[in-house]
Amino acid sequence: MKLELRGITKRFGALVANNNISLTVESGEIHALLGENGAGKSTLMNVLYGLYRAEEGEILLDDKVQKFAGPGDAMNAGIGMVHQHFMLVPVFTVAENVVLGHEKTTFGGRLDLSAARAKVREISDRFNFDIDPDARIEDLPVGVQQRVEIIKALSQDAKVLVFDEPTAVLTPQETDELMVIMRQLAETGTSIVFITHKLREVRAVADRITVIRLGAVVGEASPTATNAELASLMVGRAVELTVHKDAPDLRGTALSVKNLTVVDALNQIVVNNVSFDVQAGEVLAIAGVQGNGQTELTQALIGLQHHVTGSIDLDGKPLRGYSVRHILDSGVGFIPEDRTEDGLISDFSIAENLMLDRSSGAPFVKAGNLQLGFRATFAAEKIAEFDIRSQGSDMEAGRLSGGNQQKVVLARELSRELRLFVAAQPTRGLDVGSIEFVHTRIIETRDSGIPVIVISTELDEVVALADRIAVMYRGEIVGIVPGTTPRATLGLMMAGEPAPATEAAL
Amino acid sequence: MSTITQSPAPTPASAPIVKATAASRSWKIPITLGGFAVLSLFLFVLLGRGQRGELSTFRLSQARDVIQLPAVALPTFITGVVVAIVLVLLAALSAWMVYRRIKIPIIYSILFAILFLVGFLAWAASGSTIPVPGLLIGTVTLSAPLIFGALGGVLSERAGVVNVAIEGQLLAGAFSSAVVASATGNPYLGLLAAMVAGALVAMVLAAFSLKYLVDQVIVGVVLNVLVIGLTSFLYSQVLAPSKNLNSPDVFPQLDIPFLSEIPIIGPVLFRQTIIVYVMYFAIAIVYFGLFRTKWGLRVRAVGEHPQAADTVGINVNRTRFVSVTLGGVVSGFGGAYFTLGAVGAFNKEMTNGMGFIALAAVIFGQWHPIKATLAALLFGFATNLQNVLGIIGSPVPSEFMLMLPYVVTIFAVAGFVGRSRAPAADGKPYIK
Repeated sequence: MKLELRGITKRFGALVANNNISLTVESGEIHALLGENGAGKSTLMNVLYGLYRAEEGEILLDDKVQKFAGPGDAMNAGIGMVHQHFMLVPVFTVAENVVLGHEKTTFGGRLDLSAARAKVREISDRFNFDIDPDARIEDLPVGVQQRVEIIKALSQDAKVLVFDEPTAVLTPQETDELMVIMRQLAETGTSIVFITHKLREVRAVADRITVIRLGAVVGEASPTATNAELASLMVGRAVELTVHKDAPDLRGTALSVKNLTVVDALNQIVVNNVSFDVQAGEVLAIAGVQGNGQTELTQALIGLQHHVTGSIDLDGKPLRGYSVRHILDSGVGFIPEDRTEDGLISDFSIAENLMLDRSSGAPFVKAGNLQLGFRATFAAEKIAEFDIRSQGSDMEAGRLSGGNQQKVVLARELSRELRLFVAAQPTRGLDVGSIEFVHTRIIETRDSGIPVIVISTELDEVVALADRIAVMYRGEIVGIVPGTTPRATLGLMMAGEPAPATEAAL
Repeated sequence: MSTITQSPAPTPASAPIVKATAASRSWKIPITLGGFAVLSLFLFVLLGRGQRGELSTFRLSQARDVIQLPAVALPTFITGVVVAIVLVLLAALSAWMVYRRIKIPIIYSILFAILFLVGFLAWAASGSTIPVPGLLIGTVTLSAPLIFGALGGVLSERAGVVNVAIEGQLLAGAFSSAVVASATGNPYLGLLAAMVAGALVAMVLAAFSLKYLVDQVIVGVVLNVLVIGLTSFLYSQVLAPSKNLNSPDVFPQLDIPFLSEIPIIGPVLFRQTIIVYVMYFAIAIVYFGLFRTKWGLRVRAVGEHPQAADTVGINVNRTRFVSVTLGGVVSGFGGAYFTLGAVGAFNKEMTNGMGFIALAAVIFGQWHPIKATLAALLFGFATNLQNVLGIIGSPVPSEFMLMLPYVVTIFAVAGFVGRSRAPAADGKPYIK
């Protein structure tokens, strides 16, 4: 089915999220929509899917103008969507999720789940998905959950399928498999819109590329374009895609983690017998697909997990079992993975956020009184130093852009005397400019002789920053390999295969 | 490059993730059981009554039953000693099971509780008679409003709206059923009025929490206060002066032929009023509706992940509104029990906190209609036990016995609330 968007404009108050966007996707074509976080890709697709109403413009399917009052209309017209955050009810089974909204019933209003199971099996067989219709969603790995989303869309005979950042949660192998599936779908005549900000994937699978910046189409490109060309189109200027860094100046083991095991509230072993060392002056990256114990490992390092066994020693002094306060005072800097939830208090001003972890004494507090003058000076300094774009230090942190919010967190953590720096997902959801900034800062921290741990699910980031890479899978470290390890090997390790013997020795 | 792979065959990618569970011991159950075992030793042996050979009699049939079961008479002291010893052994066994990491089945705790209860009844009834059918009949009767309230709560909370207003719905149902039944002389119209009143309270709750996004707990509490104030005012201004507006016909007891003659079960379940019979159907319908129908799947979906429901074209707020309103209908019907099923007149604040106990039953019953019913029955039993022991003259001060249902509630909710999982979006308004 041919999809055409004509002059779509969508405003949120004063903000123009989509400005007169036009786009044509031919039948059987994979059309990539490339753009940075916040460029307006998802807004556009939510307009297409009937979740938002556009102020101007029209949607045409096979040259017929469509009016969508809600997602139900869009689905009936043949549009399916694989959402970035899966729209699956975790406690329902696969079959229940697939039929939700389109349930068939038998006598007495009874839900006909056997028809649903058959449908799931039929589509699952067609694409070799191997999915049990009676499995509960919350028990399935994310890669499989995504396939359930695909089945859900296909079960409604979707002719246009939108993939919204589908690879964010996948291992490189799963990503490759998804590309194959997308090709298969395109061959059967399904039109595919593939939203992403990852250049590599676009070039691998797309037939045509439309680049969006600041809510407007800035150009079209063919898959033969180079990474640099696509990136500069996407960002609007030439960008440095790799961080410049010299060989690490190693200064001996600083952090030593031995046999660390974390048990969560449900009594599950989320980190299983993990051991590693970090030298002063190096970056150890912890790679892995989301949900393989990285979050809990970081929380254990910072003292936020309660059932932890094993040892964590920093410069010979034990950290495990101490309070978060004590650990911070020992010189641990920490960037939490969710900056809006754990990194900042959105309703607090920039200045207040900058002193959040220093409320226990001088120089910010004297005799129980906040030293507002000192705080203002300090905030002004940091705002200048970290180039935080704001309307002054009294502006609420929640009103900053993602990149500037992260700079506030970074400024707060790096302005203490550090002996260890832990950065969890430091660039998640940031624009390219901010990513450059954060990466440069992390490498500077390393070069000043501080051991750095970077936890990231983005392989690009891991490869760019790491001197050594530890790969986590289901709570264990599969192996620790040099930063130069090829992506394919890392990908296999992220799926649980042990590191090749030659590379593991380091 | 070796050709022999060293890794074990990988599990298929689509296989469910099974996380390893840390081996740890929870001593909660042995400690609780041990506490009760010690209590039983203290009560039944140390303070043992009936040491001069008194008997505790359990009457199993009522005088009018066709099939008469003989009464069971147990020697009080010996029964107490035997029960106490068995309880101590069971508690010790549970400790051993925890030590050996053997899972303690739930039936184990239930058996323990029943045994403790038998010992306690024997101890309390030393030298007198416990009417077992009466105890159980009262349990079902007293549970009826709790069960209706709990079902109403389940319907509302499964859709994602916290229903603190059960108390208000019960009270509104009680008031309007009394007035309408008295005014029209038709108790069935009273039932209808109760449902409408409950639905109206629920609609206010739904409108404020879904449309105006007010905190649902606060709306619920305010609604309760509003209904208490309103009914109390109307009672003293309107009902007290004109008695004929507050003298409805009470539903008579309706014996089901044959079924009501089954020993013990017959009198308990099938010699009740129409309100209780409707309750049996209500439980079944709510269960079937929530778990076997298209409507129920949608209700549960909006309560768990409203955005997912929205993206497949389900109108989240409409679904929630309907479900909350239906919950109000069910709760309001339960309110009619107070006036048309029991007392025969409306009194100020006559629901007396039953709505909150019903809410506790919802949580204790894990938001499941049948489990919530069982929880409500437990509270009903505790209440009626206190009544019966008060009549036969229990050695426990009546003030303590009056506390019993509430103590049971607190223990039940505190002990289980950590383990029961609320619908994920319960209490959260859906904003696009």
